[in-house]
Amino acid sequence: MSGQSNNRLSKTSKPDSRIEPALGSPRPGTAGDGLRTPLLYLNVCIIATCGLIYELLAGTLASYVLGDSVTQFSLIIGIYLSAMGVGAWLSGFLIAEKLARRFVDIELGVALIGGLSAVLLFMSFAHLDWFRVALFGLVAVIGILVGLELPLLMRILKQNVDFKDLVARALTFDYLGALVASIVFPLLFVPKLGLVRTSLFFGACNAGVALWGTYLLRPIIRGSLTGLRVKAVFVLVLLTVAFIKADRLTSLAEDGLFDDAIVYAKTSRHQRIVVTRQARGFRLYLNGGLQFNSADEYRYHEALVHPAMVLADQPRRILVLGGGDGLAVREVLRHDSVESVTLVDLDEAITDAAQQLPLFTQLNQNALADPRVTIINQDAMVWLQENEMLPFDVAIVDFPDPTSFSLGKLYTRRFYRVLASRMAPNAPIAVQSTSPLYTRTSFWCIVRTIEESGYVARPYQTSVPSFGIWGFVLARATPFEVPTDVPEGLRFLTPSSVLPMFSFPADIARVPTEINRLNDQHLVRYYENEWRGWQ
Amino acid sequence: MSVSRRELLNAFLGLPAALAACRHASNRSPAMPAGEIAFRREVIGHRLRDQPPIEPLAGRWENATVVIVGAGIAGLAAAWRLFRAGLEDFVILELDATPGGTSRSASASAGGGYPWGAHYITVPMKESRAVLALLSEMSVLEGFDSDGEPIVAEQHLCRDPQERVFYRGYWYEDLYLYAGASAEDTRQRKAFDAEVGRLAEWRDSRGRRAFAMPSSRSSDDAEILALDRMTMAQWMDGKGFTSPRLRWYVEYGCRDDYGLRMTDTSAWAGLFYHVARVTKAGSDYQPVITWPEGNGRLVAHLSRVAGKRLRLGRAVVDIRHRKGDSPDNQPIASGYSGRPIDPGGTIEVIALTHGGRDAAGIRAKNVIFAAPHFLTPHLIRDYRSARPAHVDEFDYGSWMVANLTLRDRPLGRGFPLAWDNVLYDSPSLGYVVSTHQRGLDHGPTIITYYYPLLASDSRAARSRLLQAGWAEWAEVALSDLERAHPDIRALTERIDIARWGHAMIRPRPGFITGQARKAALLPHRGIHFAHSDLSGISLFEEAFDHGVRAAEEVLVARSIAHESMR
Repeated sequence: MSGQSNNRLSKTSKPDSRIEPALGSPRPGTAGDGLRTPLLYLNVCIIATCGLIYELLAGTLASYVLGDSVTQFSLIIGIYLSAMGVGAWLSGFLIAEKLARRFVDIELGVALIGGLSAVLLFMSFAHLDWFRVALFGLVAVIGILVGLELPLLMRILKQNVDFKDLVARALTFDYLGALVASIVFPLLFVPKLGLVRTSLFFGACNAGVALWGTYLLRPIIRGSLTGLRVKAVFVLVLLTVAFIKADRLTSLAEDGLFDDAIVYAKTSRHQRIVVTRQARGFRLYLNGGLQFNSADEYRYHEALVHPAMVLADQPRRILVLGGGDGLAVREVLRHDSVESVTLVDLDEAITDAAQQLPLFTQLNQNALADPRVTIINQDAMVWLQENEMLPFDVAIVDFPDPTSFSLGKLYTRRFYRVLASRMAPNAPIAVQSTSPLYTRTSFWCIVRTIEESGYVARPYQTSVPSFGIWGFVLARATPFEVPTDVPEGLRFLTPSSVLPMFSFPADIARVPTEINRLNDQHLVRYYENEWRGWQ
Repeated sequence: MSVSRRELLNAFLGLPAALAACRHASNRSPAMPAGEIAFRREVIGHRLRDQPPIEPLAGRWENATVVIVGAGIAGLAAAWRLFRAGLEDFVILELDATPGGTSRSASASAGGGYPWGAHYITVPMKESRAVLALLSEMSVLEGFDSDGEPIVAEQHLCRDPQERVFYRGYWYEDLYLYAGASAEDTRQRKAFDAEVGRLAEWRDSRGRRAFAMPSSRSSDDAEILALDRMTMAQWMDGKGFTSPRLRWYVEYGCRDDYGLRMTDTSAWAGLFYHVARVTKAGSDYQPVITWPEGNGRLVAHLSRVAGKRLRLGRAVVDIRHRKGDSPDNQPIASGYSGRPIDPGGTIEVIALTHGGRDAAGIRAKNVIFAAPHFLTPHLIRDYRSARPAHVDEFDYGSWMVANLTLRDRPLGRGFPLAWDNVLYDSPSLGYVVSTHQRGLDHGPTIITYYYPLLASDSRAARSRLLQAGWAEWAEVALSDLERAHPDIRALTERIDIARWGHAMIRPRPGFITGQARKAALLPHRGIHFAHSDLSGISLFEEAFDHGVRAAEEVLVARSIAHESMR
């Protein structure tokens, strides 16, 4: 992490040094000189750039978090422009004598609020309802402040310049700044700096303009300059420190945690759900753990689902445990014999997203909207133990890896025994069983536990690039031959590719393990130790 | 922050906790959750103690072969044993509206039981025959291994993680605080374990364990009995066990099972807590069997067996012998003294119902007195007229138990929520989580918080217990838990408080091997005694053993053929 942050810092110094000479070399004249109007036009340009950047930032963030970028951008632009109008109108109320002082103050306000806007918005991610309030409020405040800037500056300049020229030049530089912003934001700043540092950088620019303004506007600032300069330096230092510490801030907001742009984030009662987008598809993370990558999830889900479905021979009642993303259900529904699918996933936030977010519904082919599918948002173990149900013909067990005791219980002998009691005679189950490569003992612990629960277990493995080598268990009460048929229309499995999955090369071959029991969850401890070894 | 609250917290939690609570007082909402004192046994108990006797009307008499007084574990066990032997003409009279005594439980309106007291048993070893028979009957056992030791069905064993301890802002796995232990701490812990292991493998000339469960199966060898003449603290000192965290661990055991400090606990009892749970040197402590409602599961099963014979809300006020009756019991020899016992004649048991306004009588051939022994001079006429000296040797601890209904799981740093959650720097014993054993790891739950009053003077402790009302005890529980869970107040929807005035017998040095306990065990003219206090150890296994013993004494007296389960 620290290496990365150094890289980022060294990159940021370039634009800084490029701007410095241009702005810094023509020092303001000594007392008694008039205002250096050309330099003030440069201010206009910078202010305009910053203003548009904040608008773009808010729009980008909104579409990341809320999805549907057209709506979000339209809303943000609308609110921002109308707020600017309010700001322009308010500028008329400012007293002429204090204009220069107010300009510096407002500039500092923009610097602070605009500069920290991305951080604030990322931090308010967790609560979506609150996020909208924060987002629109922030956009309105920034809009008002930015709306105040230009009229104020024009009122200041009016004393030195002919009005006709003033409007023409000020607007020229304003639009020029907007052009700069619209080019550098997507091409330079977002890819190089990320959203948080971009906003901090432009906040610092605003603060720089304010500080510089205390020199440029000195002739017309009444009273002491010290207070203003102290404030300006304070804001500048604050934003600079934030810029340097941005990694910590972003990791608070998880921006640093994920390589790719976050397109959806929600903290449900049970877990943190994050969806990121990349060049090839998108990824779902639960509590920071990758659940699937849309680019290669078909390998995982075809391998998980079809061997059990084929082994069952025309199964009608299917139980899917975990897998609220609907991807396993999509594979289940390829089999025409299926009459009902019961999906049990603890988290309604996942099953809701899988039914509502276009990213999901495209990928799972709207599987959860199929009339045969019933969704139950309960802990699978509690649900299996405490409810009456007809026996199932196949169970697809697709829980997150056993990273905690509450997940680990879903891999215990007791769990598999309860599951067995809910299955039709000799009905097969397929279980996602972690990686036999990264977490070899954990994988074989699951295999042994299933065997000790009254099943004949046949472990198998395949490669899912996003995960690495991944393991599964196919099991039923009596010994069986691995079925090699596969349904039509698959992207990965073919009749000849099924059997090879059931062989285990030397580095992932069986190791002796304990049984994972409810009262002694060896698996959770194995898993934790094994992952630690890879980190 | 009122001074009285600080004084309250200082008195019950100690000064650091009181100061910490007061520091954070400003940023807390003053509103307390709902709740009440859950049951007030002491109210009716004291009223009965003080009111003049009432005689049942002529039509309010009935007959039964055996009357069992008290439907705690001992009384229910006696009923279970009689029923198994085919003696079905018995009645159990219980003061409370709920059976179970300190093993009672309750059920939340949203579903899901929670305990009000005892909440686990350890997996019995093969010598605990009666308990094993009970667990088999309840399908808790799946069978026995090749050594004859029971195999318990996985779902009845405490789910992992079982225990964690909170120390200086962080939760750690296990009860013993391993984190930050020095080399000397570790050495002493190992030496302690070795001592426990040595005693676990110790056998007397008759092959008995030094400390067996039930304790009646333990050796009476002088070397072992001598441990009852010193305190656990003296034993620790003698072995050079000075490690603070080891002493905390051992003291926790004393507080947990006996409501006593190490300096007041018999070393025999202090060691029993550890050694009776270990099969052999080096092996883990016997696993814990538990249910969401604690030992309420056992109570419910035993109550079902008793069926309609179990009568609740009956306050026994008098147990007397009918004058001029010729004894029709067989004389029996006490297993403890070998002396023949006066079998007594017809025994009349008078109980009040409907809040004390209505009296009913039962004429019985035998009585099993399965209430705490301190009640004998109040209820048994012979004991009232000539109070036996041994009664005053029985010393009981006071406990406060709070059930907190939480709308969600509390925040805490470090090791995740376990079944048993203990605060290192607290006079409380921490809390157990009722939803743990159901496998519910998210959302609302009920936690049961235990607070023993450790004062050596049990009368003073009892008056402290009863002087503090609901608001005071709720405040103590919240302030204590708040140190580990800053959000506990906001999450707590209600707190219900139980004040157990005579929660459990306290095994001070000399009590277990003393004459008083032996005398109390002797039947008195057809009245047989059963209660865990007769062991000096307040455990399910002890209460059960005494219930079975008293029932078998009655079976002998009634000449009913049976094979002893003990």
